[in-house]
Amino acid sequence: MATFKIKRYNPEKQAEPYYEEFQYDIPAGSTVLDCMNEIKWNLDGSLTFRMSCRSAICGSCAVKVNGHATLACQKQAETMLKDDTIVLEPLGNMKPLKDLAVDFTPFWDKVNKVTPYLQPRSAPPAKERRQSPAEFKLIDDTSTCIMCGSCYSDCNVLEVDDNFLGPAALAKAQRFVGDSRDSKTLERVKQLSEYGGIWDCTHCGECVERCPKPAEPFYRIKEIMAVALEQGVHDNVGARHAISFVNSVKHSGSLNENKLPVESMGFFNIKGLLELVPVGLRMLLKRKVPPILHKSIENVQDVRRIFRKLNQ
Amino acid sequence: MKFALFTGCVAKGATRELMVSTKKAAEGLGIEFIEMKSAACCGAGVISEQSPLLADALNARTVAIAEAQGLDLVTICSTCQGNLKKSECNIDSDPEYKEQINHILSEGGHQYLGGKSRIKHFANILATDEGMALLKEKIKRPLKGLKVAAFYGCYVLRPSGLSDFDDPDDPHGMEDIFAALGAEPIYYPSRVKCCGFPIIMMNKTASQDMSGNALLDAIESGADCVVTGCPLCHLSLDSYQPEIEKLKKKGHSIPILHLSQLVALALGYTPKELDMDHHIVSTLKIEEILARG
Ligand code: SF4
Ligand code: SF4
Ligand code: SF4
Ligand code: SF4
Ligand code: FES
Repeated sequence: MATFKIKRYNPEKQAEPYYEEFQYDIPAGSTVLDCMNEIKWNLDGSLTFRMSCRSAICGSCAVKVNGHATLACQKQAETMLKDDTIVLEPLGNMKPLKDLAVDFTPFWDKVNKVTPYLQPRSAPPAKERRQSPAEFKLIDDTSTCIMCGSCYSDCNVLEVDDNFLGPAALAKAQRFVGDSRDSKTLERVKQLSEYGGIWDCTHCGECVERCPKPAEPFYRIKEIMAVALEQGVHDNVGARHAISFVNSVKHSGSLNENKLPVESMGFFNIKGLLELVPVGLRMLLKRKVPPILHKSIENVQDVRRIFRKLNQ
Repeated sequence: MKFALFTGCVAKGATRELMVSTKKAAEGLGIEFIEMKSAACCGAGVISEQSPLLADALNARTVAIAEAQGLDLVTICSTCQGNLKKSECNIDSDPEYKEQINHILSEGGHQYLGGKSRIKHFANILATDEGMALLKEKIKRPLKGLKVAAFYGCYVLRPSGLSDFDDPDDPHGMEDIFAALGAEPIYYPSRVKCCGFPIIMMNKTASQDMSGNALLDAIESGADCVVTGCPLCHLSLDSYQPEIEKLKKKGHSIPILHLSQLVALALGYTPKELDMDHHIVSTLKIEEILARG
């Protein structure tokens, strides 16, 4: 017998959420969603959650299973048991409405912010607009997103900053930044480089870990970064940081930690530079500063050669 | 045990105590580390923001150096480990790409074979049966009474497709090491979270809310110190700690150690020998607890 510990919430009856346990014998081959349905049909009809396709296509059944966003229909229940228990909770970073259903409004608002449709170069041709297989490959992964919200739920930045566009919207943005038929690449990457955009991603990898599809937003975010840098959108801390980093490794084979913060903030960014002073002083007092004369790695010529060969 | 040691840049710069303590830990354990002095920076996931090909070529060169030495490659930084693995995975999954990379490397006399040198974090080699036996054999001063909270650093756990280290959601490798050293591991939810370091300059408030939440969680779970396997985490948790608003408000602070320092302490090295006095947050509390035994 397995225990399903489910977070219940019904603001019309009780302000605070609580956990309720259901005992259910998992039949071989059942998905987590199958179990949720059985519990709803046979044990408590008021249990609320979203579902539709039962085959990892519609994206509606994402919930937290044992603390992490998961498509309930994509996981065998038996594989999710921990001490004979499965804990079910609503997705994170969104407001719970009832039981396992959350309010997706901010999720969709952010997707809408990235202009999630093609802005083509010319009027529609008589036939379809063609792409080569190589061109399509650039947007293949992101096209697989089913808008399930798993990445949004577990993103570490969204836990502390609502302003962040978040992984799903940024993955969707890459769908058009990388599209050979789109005409607004520069405008898009400019907007995406602003506060709350690509450079606010903290590399936590949660979105890759939770994504049930190859969309894997973190990697898409990095693809947008490469386009932004290539298009010359350099007037922000994130871009300056990347450029300073690459130049440092090009020069010495390793990172120059003295230069990086200053070059990232930008020489004319007085407020940003002042922010660096306290930590710099603290580290100086503890002799915790990198050597003033930054040493190159051995055989740095070979590293420089690789940079030159790749036109970097 | 003998490994090629990929030091990373930060261990030679702002967190030199990591390099010092790694050497001591290796000496005490009888592990031989051959320092890879001609290896370039792993790119920290930043070079690949500009050019994945460049990042992969540099990392393939690094792995090729270890392969030529016939050694597995050990990192002392979660971030280095994750980024070397990412390049390895990009290259190994695409034979044409591998050829392109080797063409770039060949003029420098390097060849990336793939699959010859395994990429491991220092914690990886300790959290094996062999590593545990070694710890138990060499330990001189069990860390009795010390409550230690692990902070893994994202890249060693996620994306788990790249890391065979541990269960990404419920890891135990670091805690197993703490227990082997005689300390008491503290399990707390934030141990698998991100410290926010990559955006410390882009969005400082968000970054420090992340590190603040994690440290508060560790403190409220009863930890005496936090131990990390990533020098970048160390920077955001230690060097920046005095300005983390969430801790300031509560008047809290907590010392942050590198994994190598904790190991070397149990091997009998003194805090001074491990440059623990170079930390921003005082580590005296740890010495007091250990003195009490
Ligand atoms: S990698 Fe970036 S976008 Fe993805 S979950 Fe982490 S912070 Fe969010
Ligand atoms: S990117 Fe992945 S996790 Fe995020 S909404 Fe799309 S399918 Fe779901
Ligand atoms: S991750 Fe950091 S420490 Fe590691 S090699 Fe790269 S820059 Fe250096
Ligand atoms: S916790 Fe922070 S510094 Fe450490 S690996 Fe993750 S992102 Fe890097
Ligand atoms: S029910 Fe459609 S994705 Fe799970």
